[in-house]
Amino acid sequence: MKFWPLIKVLPVRTHFRFVRLARVFATLSVLAIAGSLFLTLYPFKPPCGGLACGIDFKGGTVMEVTTAPKPIDAAKVHAALAGMNLHEVVQPGGSVGSALLRFEAPNGSDISATVTQVQARLKQSLGAVRFVSTDVVGPTVSGELLSSGLVGLGVAILAMLLYIWFRFELQFGLGAVAALFHDVFLTFGLIAVMRIEFNLQAVAAILTIIGYSMNDTVVVFDRFRENLRKFKSMPLADVIDMSINEMLTRTIITSMTAVLALVALAVFGGPTLYGLSVIMLFGIAIGTYSSIYIAAPVIMLWGVKRGVEDEAAEPLKPVNVR
Amino acid sequence: MMNLARWKVVLVVLATVLGALFTLPNLLPANVRDGLPGFMPKNTLHLGLDLQGGSDLLYSVDTVALRNERLTNMAEDVRTTLRDKQIAFTDLAVNGPEIGLRITDPAQANDALNALRTTVGAPLAGTPGGRDVTVSTAPDQRLRIAFVPEAFDAEASKAVEQNIEVIRRRIDQMGTKEPQIDRRGKNRIDIQAAGESDPEKLKAIIGQTAKLTFQMVDEQASPEDIAAGRVPPGDELLASTDGSAANYVVRKRSVVTGEMLTNAQPGFDQQTGQSVVTFRFNGIGARRFGDATRQNIGKRFAIVLDKKVISAPVIETAIAGGSGQIHGHFTPESANELSVLLRAGALPAPMKVEQQRTVGAELGADAVKAGATSAIVGLVATMVFMLLIYGVLFGGISLIALAVNAVMIVGVMSFTQATLTLPGIAGLILTLAVAVDANVLIYERMRDELRAGRKLIDSMEAGFARAWGTIFDANMTHIFSALIMFNLGSGPVKGFAWTLSVGVLTTVFSAVLVTQVLLAWWFKAARPKTLPIA
Repeated sequence: MKFWPLIKVLPVRTHFRFVRLARVFATLSVLAIAGSLFLTLYPFKPPCGGLACGIDFKGGTVMEVTTAPKPIDAAKVHAALAGMNLHEVVQPGGSVGSALLRFEAPNGSDISATVTQVQARLKQSLGAVRFVSTDVVGPTVSGELLSSGLVGLGVAILAMLLYIWFRFELQFGLGAVAALFHDVFLTFGLIAVMRIEFNLQAVAAILTIIGYSMNDTVVVFDRFRENLRKFKSMPLADVIDMSINEMLTRTIITSMTAVLALVALAVFGGPTLYGLSVIMLFGIAIGTYSSIYIAAPVIMLWGVKRGVEDEAAEPLKPVNVR
Repeated sequence: MMNLARWKVVLVVLATVLGALFTLPNLLPANVRDGLPGFMPKNTLHLGLDLQGGSDLLYSVDTVALRNERLTNMAEDVRTTLRDKQIAFTDLAVNGPEIGLRITDPAQANDALNALRTTVGAPLAGTPGGRDVTVSTAPDQRLRIAFVPEAFDAEASKAVEQNIEVIRRRIDQMGTKEPQIDRRGKNRIDIQAAGESDPEKLKAIIGQTAKLTFQMVDEQASPEDIAAGRVPPGDELLASTDGSAANYVVRKRSVVTGEMLTNAQPGFDQQTGQSVVTFRFNGIGARRFGDATRQNIGKRFAIVLDKKVISAPVIETAIAGGSGQIHGHFTPESANELSVLLRAGALPAPMKVEQQRTVGAELGADAVKAGATSAIVGLVATMVFMLLIYGVLFGGISLIALAVNAVMIVGVMSFTQATLTLPGIAGLILTLAVAVDANVLIYERMRDELRAGRKLIDSMEAGFARAWGTIFDANMTHIFSALIMFNLGSGPVKGFAWTLSVGVLTTVFSAVLVTQVLLAWWFKAARPKTLPIA
């Protein structure tokens, strides 16, 4: 068999000049980050800015109701809740006869009593109605969830910086963190553009992306550090190119397995996992890109120490990619 | 490496066997599982509420309401104390966290201060002579009474514990499937009820304060006063539960309270056939109730539940013996519910729902199906991909490592009874898909070494030795993000974090050790001259 196993057919060693394109990609990335930040924040509506805020973070109630097999009558739902001052929104649900009902209990009222009342009214008006799921988040809890989510993201990035600093050197840590910020901001942009609900699961997805993006970065850095020691007189840019090229097969194979699993999740996982898997799919792609084009070139901005004896022999010229 | 240390083989075999043993119950039908001999593990995966259906209710204990209630009671003590000492005062009221009042005669201000300092509040545990309230003076002969913050915090914390006790008793009385009750933080209580239980019913049982009092109706209050909302001092205006718009003016001081009940049962009135709740008082309650009814024949007393009048019967005879009936337009269910509440006792502090997550069993079953389908598709795709890339031998070895990994994860999850949620399944699939990364790192390293001109056996040794550091560092990053997710505070997300962490540990084990053992066996058996992947 000539084409199998595929590993024998893949090019043994690629010689892409990644660093040469770093300037172009850095510009693109900065633009994309600016755009993402804008979309994430605009129109500055608290608490989630431009993101489609889920009830985890803004509080409120989402109820899935179904009158299956009969189709649900949205007008009847509105009529039943008239006068309760809920500003309810009725959206079609995942299957025939089901609808998603979103509302906020009026300020100061008991959220739980409101839910009880809504269910009683719907039972009366729609007859055989079933409540598939009910999610209620009060204002205190939603505030806490939002702050713990954001703090979590911050702590995660900080922890990564410290770990890379500890295992490699500070310059590596800064490069890795630049890549992380890049990934996190762009992911926020994706969440804003695709109107994916921003909730705890989305934050968990971003945290996972942070983990995977770091994973990729660490693997590239590991090889980079090794090559720095091996080829002490080679220009920094060439060492970076060589390291990335050496790890390219691995990067592609690992990304592919993750993509395969995530596509399966997005297609078959149902509505709950859809947002989670789309965010992670994007994150895997962007994480792979950023470990090549952000993490490594940022190291060049700062330069690295390449062993004492080497410094004396050949002063290091930092390559400017700005 | 190709000369395997024995401990590595033992460890791999042991882990695989144990993993399989703890995974096994998940694959057996319930009746076979029950028939297993005693030494075999029987725990299956513990599914989260989003997978098996159920309700998660997060209550907060309303400490502000608790403080208000304590202060309101204390204000009554202040009133009696000052009256006994014949000190005139005005403006006695609860203002936020304190009681304020004004002593009319400046000469008596000091007396009032001294009297209140010794009578109001309770002695402070641990500090001789200390009390849990402070009485302080303010300009214009005003006095302020407030709780010592630490003392009140301790009391609030005790109230939360007592609330949990009461909720537990109530749920026991209901006789349904046992929900899990946990304290969260300072003043939160989390209740998780699995299965088909109706959250509204659960809320009705758990959330109600159920403070029962018997209070005399103030017959002197005129209907005009009631309509205008004017309430004589020492009285309070209460709504009624029976749907009639009538409000009652009742004495604030209760004759008998719910704590004096020894029993409450649902029943039927023998004459009308209506549902009633029959109750029995303890000794003190029976005596007080007997006295009150004897002294007030012809008058009405109100049976009050959570500040709402259930009924206000006219006393026809003295009721001695300490038992009676509550009539209140009950259905058999509501009569049963009230008697459950009365038997379990009142909540010391009111609570309110902060968060409710309910998933119907139907939706849970759909989620399990969706999770299983995507798991199978995702894993089969990964396996086919690995076979395509690395061929039968090296691809196959990574698949065996993957299978051992999967068995170990399921085994650990079953053994620890950690909760598996739908996002947890997603985490599991992702972990397994990326677990092959470790194999890829090892294989690629071997190929690199071979290309660098090393001998086959040296390349294989170096592949493991050098890839190890990378694998370790790369997986540590997952552990960090998973640890942080634990603090995000939601059940499903915690489940995701947990599966991710378990997965990382088993991945490092299986991808490194299992792969090593298998490759070593292959090397010994085949004595290869070339690497099939180079």
